[in-house]
Amino acid sequence: MIETTRTIPRFILTLVLALCVSSCGGIQNAINPAGPNAENISRLWWLMFIVCSIVFVLVMIAVLLSLRQRTTEAADRVPLLQPSEESERRRRNVVISLTTITVIVLFVFLIASYSSGRSLRLNDPTKNGLTIELTGHQWWWEVRYMDVDASNIFTTANEIHIPVGVPVMFSLRGADVIHSFWVPNLAGKKDLIPGKISTIWIQADKPGVYRGQCAEYCGLQHAKMALWVVAEPQEQFNAWRQNQTQEAVAAASDTQKRGQQVFFSSTCVMCHAINGTPAGSNIGPNLTHIGSRHMLGAATLVNTRDHLAQWIKDSQTFKPGNRMPQNNLSDADLQALVEYLQSLQ
Amino acid sequence: MLEEVTVSKKISHAAALRRNEKPAGAASLRRCVGILLCVLCFSACKREQRQFTTPPATFKSYDVTMSDIRPGVGGLPMPVQNPADQRAFDANQGKFLYSQYNCSGCHFNGGGGIGPPLMDEKWIYGDRPENIYSTIVEGRPNGMPSFRHKIPDSQVQQLVAYVRSMSGQLRKDVAPTRNDSMNARRSEQRTERKTPQQTTEPPQ
Repeated sequence: MIETTRTIPRFILTLVLALCVSSCGGIQNAINPAGPNAENISRLWWLMFIVCSIVFVLVMIAVLLSLRQRTTEAADRVPLLQPSEESERRRRNVVISLTTITVIVLFVFLIASYSSGRSLRLNDPTKNGLTIELTGHQWWWEVRYMDVDASNIFTTANEIHIPVGVPVMFSLRGADVIHSFWVPNLAGKKDLIPGKISTIWIQADKPGVYRGQCAEYCGLQHAKMALWVVAEPQEQFNAWRQNQTQEAVAAASDTQKRGQQVFFSSTCVMCHAINGTPAGSNIGPNLTHIGSRHMLGAATLVNTRDHLAQWIKDSQTFKPGNRMPQNNLSDADLQALVEYLQSLQ
Repeated sequence: MLEEVTVSKKISHAAALRRNEKPAGAASLRRCVGILLCVLCFSACKREQRQFTTPPATFKSYDVTMSDIRPGVGGLPMPVQNPADQRAFDANQGKFLYSQYNCSGCHFNGGGGIGPPLMDEKWIYGDRPENIYSTIVEGRPNGMPSFRHKIPDSQVQQLVAYVRSMSGQLRKDVAPTRNDSMNARRSEQRTERKTPQQTTEPPQ
């Protein structure tokens, strides 16, 4: 019996410690910053967390002390009707000093939060190395890389590549309802509001892959509206960008040609675009380079042949309510279609 | 004897009142209200029903081919019920698809232009769900393309429901209530019902 009573608190303590450590790393974590914006936010977070923790502990100690004092006072049962002037002054001083400390702490918070808020703004337009137009749809992200040269503009979805150490300007739009763009490791949240263009800038100082998530409830599949930000060295980014600006590769093998035919003669072509082919609809994600993406369905599934086939056949089992209908293609047609889509590197 | 009984009844009634019991009438009223509330809970189930997986099609135009020469009024011989006509979600999805699939490119917001208007009482190929279904899936002469195999059956049904709501053919609680963007016209719910008329007017 004694054994168990000892084991349970120890177990809880271990669990709490494990939980504390669990949020220290991670690819979707505001206190694991990888850029100047996130650095500012996490600094503010730590300041508030530490100060508030100290205040909380002090208040709890004060509560416990006052409870003990109350019981001793109740014991002798002598109500203090006329407190001495000395004790009155002491109490007044305590109240005044505590109020002053509280006001000072709140002002420190105010100034800290205001200054980190200001530092998130992009004041200098020359700092802007790249502009990306990000449009929130139910329930995926349309990513459009802008350029002064119109032939370098291209559209992709759910996967954003950025060069390391370069400030990237995002211009945010909403296509249907309000969404919110949040990559905790890189920056704070910003809403994507239909009919309004808002901007946020992001800079990644460490190469890596960071996960972002829609942070404003936007309907049935809000939870599965995620994206990946791939921060890579400039040369690698340029190579990726060069590839993305190209039109889709032509279907080479007979199976791929059959797959392309299936694409054009079935429901796919109503919503998806493949640059360099007659498919040009912009309702669903652009599939020109679908084979090169890591994830499917707004970071719902890893992009493998099996997942792609299952997604095309019945995406509703993975993401119920999403806009893509079920497709009753024959097995041969489905295989050919998957073969073709995977070839679009 | 009789007097004795009434007196004892009175006494027992008074005793019941003293014990703070409610008379039998109130209990049955409460039960009635309870049942009514339970029934009300289920009454709107159909309106709010959502099916994300394709339901078995109630009518399939794949069986109906263009090869048989038929007069303009086409469709299946039996009138069929479109399940989407009963569901607000489906009618609204239909409205969404109407703009996504660019139906408005020819029919505009129902007023017509390149294609015939959809919000008036005139129907060239019939106002029944199966007629509209055939129009979308098979296409019609003079410009209406065929969307066979391009739009899944369940979505065609949603479009059919929406097209019928444009002239007020759906129930008020099912028809879409408001537009997501600026109003081009009154919402479908506020459109008064037009009595469908067959017209022989050739399509524009």
